[in-house]
Amino acid sequence: MRIQRWVLAVILCIVFSSRIEAFKFQRTQQTERISGSAGDVLEDDPVGRLKVFVYELPSKYNKKILQKDPRCLTHMFAAEIFMHRFLLSSPVRTFNPEEADWFYTPVYTTCDLTANGLPLPFKSPRMMRSAIQLISSNWPYWNRTEGADHFFIVPHDFGACFHYQEEKAIERGILPLLQRATLVQTFGQRNHVCLNDGSITIPPYAPPQKMQAHLIPPTTPRSIFVYFRGLFYDVGNDPEGGYYARGARASVWENFKDNPLFDISTEHPTTYYEDMQRAIFCLCPLGWAPWSPRLVEAVVFGCIPVIIADDIVLPFADAIPWEDIGVFVAEKDVPKLDTILTSIPIDEILRKQRLLANPSMKQAMLFPQPAQPRDAFHQILNGLARKLPHNKSVYLNPGEKILNWTAGPAGDLKPW
Amino acid sequence: MKQLTALQQQGRRSNSFRNASSPLDATVDGAIKSPATIFWLVLHGLCCLISLVLGFRFSRLVFFLLFSTSPSPSATTIYSALQTTLPSSGVTSTPERNISAGGSRVVVGRHGILIRPWPHPDPGEVMKAHSIIERVQTEQRSLYGVKNPRTVIAITPTYVRTFQTLHLTGVMHSLMNVPYDLIWIVVEAGGATNETASLIAKSGLRTIHIGFNGKMPVLWEDRHKLESRMRLHALRIVREQRLDGIVMFADDSNMHSLELFDEIQNVKWVGAVSVGILAHLGGSDEGELPMVQRDSNETDEKKSKVPVQGPACNSSDRLVGWHTFDTLPYLERSARYIGDRAVVLPRKLEWAGFVLNSRLVWDDKLEKPVWIKEWEDVDRDGEDVESPLSLLKDTSVVEPLGSCGRKVLLWWLRVEARADSKFPARWIIDPPLDITVPAKRTPWPDAPPELPSSAEKVIIIPESTEKRPTKSGSRRKRSSRSKRKHSAKVLDDRLSTRHPGDN
Repeated sequence: MRIQRWVLAVILCIVFSSRIEAFKFQRTQQTERISGSAGDVLEDDPVGRLKVFVYELPSKYNKKILQKDPRCLTHMFAAEIFMHRFLLSSPVRTFNPEEADWFYTPVYTTCDLTANGLPLPFKSPRMMRSAIQLISSNWPYWNRTEGADHFFIVPHDFGACFHYQEEKAIERGILPLLQRATLVQTFGQRNHVCLNDGSITIPPYAPPQKMQAHLIPPTTPRSIFVYFRGLFYDVGNDPEGGYYARGARASVWENFKDNPLFDISTEHPTTYYEDMQRAIFCLCPLGWAPWSPRLVEAVVFGCIPVIIADDIVLPFADAIPWEDIGVFVAEKDVPKLDTILTSIPIDEILRKQRLLANPSMKQAMLFPQPAQPRDAFHQILNGLARKLPHNKSVYLNPGEKILNWTAGPAGDLKPW
Repeated sequence: MKQLTALQQQGRRSNSFRNASSPLDATVDGAIKSPATIFWLVLHGLCCLISLVLGFRFSRLVFFLLFSTSPSPSATTIYSALQTTLPSSGVTSTPERNISAGGSRVVVGRHGILIRPWPHPDPGEVMKAHSIIERVQTEQRSLYGVKNPRTVIAITPTYVRTFQTLHLTGVMHSLMNVPYDLIWIVVEAGGATNETASLIAKSGLRTIHIGFNGKMPVLWEDRHKLESRMRLHALRIVREQRLDGIVMFADDSNMHSLELFDEIQNVKWVGAVSVGILAHLGGSDEGELPMVQRDSNETDEKKSKVPVQGPACNSSDRLVGWHTFDTLPYLERSARYIGDRAVVLPRKLEWAGFVLNSRLVWDDKLEKPVWIKEWEDVDRDGEDVESPLSLLKDTSVVEPLGSCGRKVLLWWLRVEARADSKFPARWIIDPPLDITVPAKRTPWPDAPPELPSSAEKVIIIPESTEKRPTKSGSRRKRSSRSKRKHSAKVLDDRLSTRHPGDN
């Protein structure tokens, strides 16, 4: 009997594995499975793997700010607001903080906008400090770990360094109170002060409905070789060039402005999304910060992203193998960009297009309303789930203090 | 140093409101003219001059080297745009790479703009890129386009005449661009000639060139009938050779869009597309597209407001009738013979608007659907098969293509010269034309038309370098009337364009 059972089990195993092989083979015809360094995790479901407790902060930290300026819902930093809304109604939310694995503080630090719509980060450190003071005094969970099981969404230019100028941001460093917390941010650059180990990089917010509305039939032949629309010189802030984008965008312009293969200009065409769908390569160079919504747009529209930003850390880098999907060009190699792109073997180009055509890939970059399975919200939760269980050492003994509450510039210590 | 950097930083992010709250507020006090300030100003001016000469700003570099106390990293590299003697990487930088406090390899600060010495496209790379683009498009087509594309069998009735080269070249180029397998059946009235054969041989397509006995008549009525018979003859070839694919009728004077060939791949048995009818008034002033009146009494054949022939669908995309071109306004003015200065009218439903699955004309008894007539019934001499609908017993099975006839995928246009118009065979001028008198001042069309006995105008052929002796007393013959083929002619613009229908 036993032997028969074993034989049956072995047969079943073989059948299952062969079926999966067949699946894989079929999929590689048109799309390919995506698996990053953490394995094949893009399609994981976080429900049941973690529990998140959402602090109830007074509305001056979130709702009132949003009411003052509803533009925060459409700009590229809107992820912080949408993540809050998603967590409020998500099955991973728990109302019992004792069983929570992660704690979320809904504070919208990137919603103080200028007339142009750019966020001012000057009050953000104070706002964050004030929020942390509130949660540490009203709930015991902050002091238990000094924030090591808390996460914050800080989608601004340089994350929790809370400044738009890189030199100033480096000077400030990450807000001292957030040193132990997990930061979910769009900024990512290796060996940079503003990126902690263990942070989760997310894509900037790009409006999903707007992009869906501009889809063209996939039979439209891709006839543009390289496409880019945007600034090359930021004449307002860096008229000589060399500062903005570390000179990389200016270099692209000077080297390729008369090259027929490069469709690059500073115009704002109404057919921007449609043109991206007719292009094979889309340039995603750095600007004042290394990340940009162009990456999201390129992935959604199936255009291979050419990333020109040294040491950049791309969204969900452990779940998505960006090396296989995009082309990385060092900033010093920009003058040779045409040689680099034309010498990529055609099989690789086709493979990258197949990877991009994978719907999981496109879903993972978007923040749809309402949330859909495998979208960016779920990828964030997956990332948080992969960091579990928490190391025993993060739990501090009562009375033990690691963070310095008075560190940082004097302006930050003022109450908000 | 700090003052200068503060000044420079104030320029960034032009919104001065934001900079006002910057902690590094500059307290520049420029009113005091102490010797130190003057010294610095003079030094700065000197450095500016040196920078102008050298071509790059080195003042920051010098100050950095001398007074480097600031912890924030900055590196300067030389602005290489003006230096043409630089090596191919375009940078000769003083490698001032100061690592920031965070250990980053990437340095904040001003970088040079790297430009290679010859920033222009390289033709080899352009060709490589084009081959990449082509491969990507083929892949796209195989993934998203038509699966299992079928051969296209194009049937073209033609005959040798002045406008043949014009029309046939157009059709040939369209067919050469079709991305599917193609068989081109060219039926020539008056027998197969070398002229046509040499023309279609240039296409590189698989062609079947057959002759058809019978000269192309001059009257339009008879023409249409002969063309129908020629097309049936071609279908006979399809039947005999059992060619497999989709049969479409590419008349040589029509203009086809490439979308048409993608669309007809969707046909199952018989399909119909919308044809744009460009009836024109040859030579007269009102050469505009006619606006056709709608006749609401007709239910079966709607006369549309637009000059289109094709399937008519109801709201659920099913075929209910046909749109035809309303010929009533033109009947009095319709052209009777070729070259007539009048509107050339199409027939009620042109052959070109229909596509057939080639198996419909095969000999198979079993495979064909019930609504197709037997070949022998159709292929009777003397009967005029007006359109492929006559091949069907039941016309409701026709599939409307091109989003149910909403897309016009080809255009019908009949432009022909007079039947007796002459043209050089194969459009090769041999022997070369004579030069009689070189023109000193060419009179242009504004000048009043000249009589044959007055001044001359000459066409100079580039290949003949020697001038033949001038012949005064011009022998200007109207090319259309000349019996002599290639004698010395002086062609006068105005004379030859007197009859627009002529060559």
